[in-house]
Amino acid sequence: MRYMKSGGTGRGATGALGMLLALASGAAMANPVPWQLNMTKGVTPIAQQVYDLHMLGFWVCVGIGVVVFAAMGIAMFRFRRSRGAVAERWSHNTRLEVVWTVIPVLILIALAWPATTLLVKEVDTSNSALTIKVTGYQWKWRYDYVDYKGNAVSKVGFMSKLAFDSNKARQLDSGIDPWTVSDNGEHDYLLNVDHMLVLPTHTKIRFVITGGDVIHSWWVPELGWKIDAIPGVVNEAWATIDTAGTYRGQCAELCGQDHAFMPIVVKAVAPAQFGQWLAAQQDAANLDRAARTAQAEPAAAQPRG
Amino acid sequence: MAHAASIEHDEHHSAPSGFFRRWVCSTNHKDIGTMYLVFSLTMFFIGGSLAMTIRAELFEPGMQLVQPYFFNELTTMHGLVMIFGAIMPAFVGLANWMLPMMVGAPDMALPRMNNWSFWILPFAFALLLSTFFMAGGAPAGGWTMYPPLVLQGGDSIAFLIFSIHLMGISSIMGAINIIATVLNMRAPGMDLLKMPIFVWSWLITAFLLIAVMPVLAGAVTMLLTDKYFGTSFFNAAGGGDPVMYQHVFWFFGHPEVYIMILPAFGIISEIIPTFSRKPLFGYKAMVYALACIAFLSFTVWAHHMFTVGMPLGGELFFMYATMLIAIPTGVKVFNWVTTMWRGSLSFETPMLFAIAFVILFTIGGFSGVMLALVPADFQYQDTYFVVAHFHYVLVTGAAFAIMGAVYYWIPKWSGNMYSETLGKVHFWSSVISVNVLFFPQHFLGLAGMPRRIPDYNVAFANFNMISSIGGFWFGASQLLFIGMIVHCVFFSKKRATSEVWETAHGLEWTLPSPAPHHSFTVPPLIDDSKLAHGDVTH
Repeated sequence: MRYMKSGGTGRGATGALGMLLALASGAAMANPVPWQLNMTKGVTPIAQQVYDLHMLGFWVCVGIGVVVFAAMGIAMFRFRRSRGAVAERWSHNTRLEVVWTVIPVLILIALAWPATTLLVKEVDTSNSALTIKVTGYQWKWRYDYVDYKGNAVSKVGFMSKLAFDSNKARQLDSGIDPWTVSDNGEHDYLLNVDHMLVLPTHTKIRFVITGGDVIHSWWVPELGWKIDAIPGVVNEAWATIDTAGTYRGQCAELCGQDHAFMPIVVKAVAPAQFGQWLAAQQDAANLDRAARTAQAEPAAAQPRG
Repeated sequence: MAHAASIEHDEHHSAPSGFFRRWVCSTNHKDIGTMYLVFSLTMFFIGGSLAMTIRAELFEPGMQLVQPYFFNELTTMHGLVMIFGAIMPAFVGLANWMLPMMVGAPDMALPRMNNWSFWILPFAFALLLSTFFMAGGAPAGGWTMYPPLVLQGGDSIAFLIFSIHLMGISSIMGAINIIATVLNMRAPGMDLLKMPIFVWSWLITAFLLIAVMPVLAGAVTMLLTDKYFGTSFFNAAGGGDPVMYQHVFWFFGHPEVYIMILPAFGIISEIIPTFSRKPLFGYKAMVYALACIAFLSFTVWAHHMFTVGMPLGGELFFMYATMLIAIPTGVKVFNWVTTMWRGSLSFETPMLFAIAFVILFTIGGFSGVMLALVPADFQYQDTYFVVAHFHYVLVTGAAFAIMGAVYYWIPKWSGNMYSETLGKVHFWSSVISVNVLFFPQHFLGLAGMPRRIPDYNVAFANFNMISSIGGFWFGASQLLFIGMIVHCVFFSKKRATSEVWETAHGLEWTLPSPAPHHSFTVPPLIDDSKLAHGDVTH
C-alpha cells in the first residue's frame, strides 16, 4: 500500500479508496494499484526477503549511479571549453584502474551473498504439508490437490479460467469499459477467475508445476516468485502464506493468442477453514463418483457382445 | 540512391555510373556501407511502426485496435526487424564505411563477398515481412521462437526460419570480411594495439558473430525438422526437451546481445575523446575489457532462463558469471567518465548522444545487475521491468550510439556539415521522449505487468498511457533524423573540412571530405601522435 499516491484520476482514487477500506477490514488484497512504483513486499517470508534483496540491489545501483553521474555532471560543468577549460594530456593511472576494478568486485560479493542464501532457501521444498499440482493450458490453469498433511487427496481438482465479465469486456471493440469490471469495489479486470485456488495460511505449500501444451509461467507476485510450466518437465516451488487474502497474478510466459487472459487468483484462508473446504470438495467428489458409478454399473454388468 | 552519386562527384577514380552497376554490382566498401545504413534506417522505421501500433493498443486498457494474435505478430516481428534488420546492419554499415579508412586500407579485404553479404539482406527481410500477408499471418511466438508455441504457427514459420538462415549467412560473411580486413589490410605501422577502439570492438564482435550465428542456424533448423519432418528435438512427447531449445537459443542469444553493444562501445570510445580534446583514458584496459566481456558473454546464457527450473548449482553459476560482466563494463564506463575529466568539452550533437549513451546505458546496466540476482529475477523475469532493461541498453544504448556515429561521421561521408540546430532538436526530443517511453515501464514491471500482453488491468493504465505518449513522441522525433540526413546530404551549403572536428584523431580524418571512392590506394604513413587513441605508450 505504501506505493499508492493520491489517485491521479478519479477512478484511480476510487480504486485506492477501495484498497484502503479493504485494508482497514483486515483482509489483505493484493492487486496492483494505480501509480504503483515498486515491487510488492508479498505475503510470504520469502517474498519479503526477495523484496529486501531487490531494494538492496536498487540502492547499490543508486549509490554507484550518484557517484558516476555526479562525476560526469561535474566534468560537463567544470571542464567545458566554453568556460575556457584546457585539456590535459594524461590517459593512464594504474592505481585508479585497480581501485575501480576491485571495488565493484567487493560490491558484487556483497550482493551475491544474500542472493545465494535466499536462493538456497527458495529451492528447499522439503517438509511441505500440502502439495498442489499446477498445469498450464492454453489458456487456463488446472489445479489438483495432491496431498494434505500426509494424506493423499483424491479427485479434488478443477480448471480455473478468466472470469466471465472480464472475458466479455476484453473482446475487441466490446464497448465495455474495463473500469466497470469490478468486484466489491476492486477493479479486477483481467485479474479474476471463475475458480480461485484455495490455499491455507501458515502452511508450507509445495507446488509442482507443468505445462499441458506450450510453456506457461505461474506467477503470483505476492508469493515472491514465478516458475515456468513446461510440457515434459515438472518444476517445484513452495510458499508459506502469512496473511489471509486474495492474491492475483498472471501467466508470465508468452503462450499464444490469449496469453494475457489466463490470470491466477489465490484465495488464502485460515487452515481450519481450508480443512473444511477441502473436506467438502472431497465429499462432493466422492458423492459425484458414487452417483456416476451407480449409473454406470447396470451397463457395465451387461455381458459384452 | 541518386544522392550518393552526387556525394562522390567525379573527384576520384569515380564510382561506376548507372544505378545497376553502381549499387547492385557494387564492390566498394563505401557504397555497400551506404546501402547497409539506408537498409537499416528503412528497417528502423518498419520496426518502429510496428512498435507504434503496439503502443497504440497499449494506450489504454481494453482491446481497441488489434486482435490478440495479431498483437503477438507485432511484438515478434518488432523484435526480429529491430535486432536483425535495424541494429546489426547499421553496425555492419558503419564498419564498412569506417574500418578500411581507420586502418589505412583501400577497401574491404573481400569486396565481392561484401556485395553478397549485403544483397542477401533485402531478400531475407522481404521473405520475413511477406508473412504479414500470408494466410495465418506472421510468426507470433516471440522473437525468441520458443517451442512448442512457435511450432503452432502456420507456414510463416518456414519463411521465418529461411530468412534467419539468410541473415545468418549475411552476418557470417560480413564478419569474415571484417576479420580479414582488420588482420590483413592494416597500413604498415598500424599495430593491433594502435588501432582505434571502434576497430577493436568490431574485430571482437566479428569473432562473436562467427561463433554464434551457426548456433542460431542449428537451433532454428531443429525447429524446422520438428515442424515438417517429424523429429522431436524439442517435443517432450517424442523424448525431446523444450528447455534444450532455450539453452541453444540463448547460447547464441547472449553473445548476440554483445554483438549489438560492443560496436556501440567502440563508437563511444571514438566520440568522447574527440569532443573532450583529450586522449581516451586507459586504451589498453578498454581493449581488454572488450575482450573480457566477449569471453564472458559465452558463459552467462542461462540468466535468460532462471525460471525454467534449473538446479541450484546452475542458477548460482549463471548468477555469478553474469555479475562478473559488470566489472569490465564498469571499467568502460569509468574510463569514459575519466576521459572527460579535465578535458575541454564541447557539446556538438555526436557528443550529446555519447553522453546520453553513457548515462542511459549505465541505467540499463544497473537493471541488468538487479536482474542477475536470481531470487529477484524470479519476480522480474518476463515483466515490463525486463522490457525497460533491454530497451535502455538497445535503444538508448545501441541505437543512440548509431545515431551519434552518423552525426560524427556524416560530414566525412557526404562532405557537408549537418545542421547543428536540427541535430540538437533531434537529440533533445529523442532523449526526453525515450525516457518518458521506457522509464515508466520499470514501474509497470515491478507492479506486476507481464511483457507481451495486449491488454492489462486498469491499475497499469496510467503508466502505460505515459509510456505510449513517450513512444509516439520518440517515433515522431526520428523524422527529424531523416530530415537531418536529407538536409546534410542534399541541401547543406556548409562544406566539411577533412578533419571535420578540431583535434579529431585517426586516419579517417586525414582523408578529404567527402572521402574518395577508394580510401587509401597508397598506404598512409602512421603518425603516432595522430592516432585515434592518442597515446601509444599505453
